[in-house]
Amino acid sequence: MNATPTEMMTIAAARLLTNQDVCFVGIGAPSAACNLARLTHAPKITLIYESGTLSTRPSVLPLSIGDGELCDTALTTVAVPEMFRYWLQGGRITIGFLGGAQIDRFANLNTTVVGPYDAPKVRLPGGGGAPEIASNCGEIFITMAMGTRAFVDRLPFITSFGHGKGKGDRAALGLKTKGPTKVMTDLCVLEPDPQTAELTVVSLHPGVTREQVQAACGWPLRFAADVAETPPATEQELAVLRDLHARTRQAHGVAA
Amino acid sequence: MAEFVSLSQGIEAVLSDGCSVAMEGFTHLIPHAAGHETIRQGKRRLTLIRMTPDLIYDQLIGTGCAQKLIFSWGGNPGVGSLHRFRDAVENGWPHRLEIEEHSHAAMANAYEAGAANLPFAVFRGYKGVDLPSVNPQIRSVTCPYTGEVLATVPAIRPDAAIIHALKADREGNVLLEGIVGVQKEAVLAAKRSLVTVEEIVEDFGPRNANAVILPSWAVTTIAHVPGGAYPSYAHGCYKRANDFYIAWDRIARERETFLAWIKENVLAKGPDAFARHAQPQREAA
Repeated sequence: MNATPTEMMTIAAARLLTNQDVCFVGIGAPSAACNLARLTHAPKITLIYESGTLSTRPSVLPLSIGDGELCDTALTTVAVPEMFRYWLQGGRITIGFLGGAQIDRFANLNTTVVGPYDAPKVRLPGGGGAPEIASNCGEIFITMAMGTRAFVDRLPFITSFGHGKGKGDRAALGLKTKGPTKVMTDLCVLEPDPQTAELTVVSLHPGVTREQVQAACGWPLRFAADVAETPPATEQELAVLRDLHARTRQAHGVAA
Repeated sequence: MAEFVSLSQGIEAVLSDGCSVAMEGFTHLIPHAAGHETIRQGKRRLTLIRMTPDLIYDQLIGTGCAQKLIFSWGGNPGVGSLHRFRDAVENGWPHRLEIEEHSHAAMANAYEAGAANLPFAVFRGYKGVDLPSVNPQIRSVTCPYTGEVLATVPAIRPDAAIIHALKADREGNVLLEGIVGVQKEAVLAAKRSLVTVEEIVEDFGPRNANAVILPSWAVTTIAHVPGGAYPSYAHGCYKRANDFYIAWDRIARERETFLAWIKENVLAKGPDAFARHAQPQREAA
């Protein structure tokens, strides 16, 4: 079995998670990755959704952050103000898992608008929990499919702060958390350069070339001195992920 | 003490043209039937407040009820855009919509400040991001003890709060369980409130001592509307209609299909239309 690029993105993201992590999960690719980790190598991972569900163990992927499945399988469910005040702002979350519509080379994210804010070309949903997830979690993992409209040279709007304009910008704002440390895409894995904080390709997924990655990115990409190849998806990872998606489609009333 | 009313009486009692209203429910217990009744009564120039506008405000915006939207995430969860919200912001249809945009943390804090009768909320947020440059309501305060600069937003104090709950008892006390969101805060922050409920019972019976309960004297009106959260859900009664959330993308994408849907499913119907969503699935749940 060969993984599709999207499956490879989810699998690469899931591999980063461990039983020790307390993870604030966004809907979409982050939710798939976190639950894949839970159903494979990290059964004791703590997953938290912003609807207030602590330590939830859904059997299907929720369509929204507040599906009943999340509450039914949670250790406990708290009110939304408590979620943001005690648990997120309280500094009890080690990893925030975010997606976004657009990202720049310092892993700042835009999910607000394309074009001017007052007269947008495309009005996106907005920040939701992301601005404070990005600043209050211990570190941030990002999953996004690559493409020149998503990986852009300049963001029209910064919804969630990554590394600003480079190394040291987080500290200058008084942020004590690490910010984005990994970006998992459908083609490669990027990490901020230790000296400059600019996103750098550290690993290419099987069969992907440097040219392909560059063609899907809106700025001249930097590659690490030693670019690794992402280990291919195992039979088990793929089987569990596909099974999860099949259960999810059935549960949401969408033809599989 | 809370007064038991019909849904149409309840909307008339708590909403008037030009007022501000928070119809809350964080994915769970969204008061959709109350939204439909607001459309049927043709309320205008409302300031709509809600963390996640969801389908309920997409419908109110698309039918021209809203003048302003205060919100923190305006999408169809797991599906994509709210097309009526986008059409209003991008193209001014059916008319221009004023927006005041926050993050979830800001709005959750602002509801809590409202419930606590404070003028503003303080929290650690909005660092390095662009929202404060487009929303002048986002300001800051310096901590008098540590010198740390913290974000502030005004407390949310709506004219009205509308929520959907699982049960009311004969005294008019209201019970919520499951994902309880910011509904308690919204009701306590508002001048007046309408609670639609799945069920009215003689007595709540055995219950968790920490269940969320709004005492009768903290609620203005209660209307019995079984199924009133559909296509959102009522924990233990019926599930979220994820298939409808997916279908909404197609319904709301074009103005014509949206208006036809509203005509058929809102204007030509009454609150009783929601009851069918409660009953059949109750057995299956």
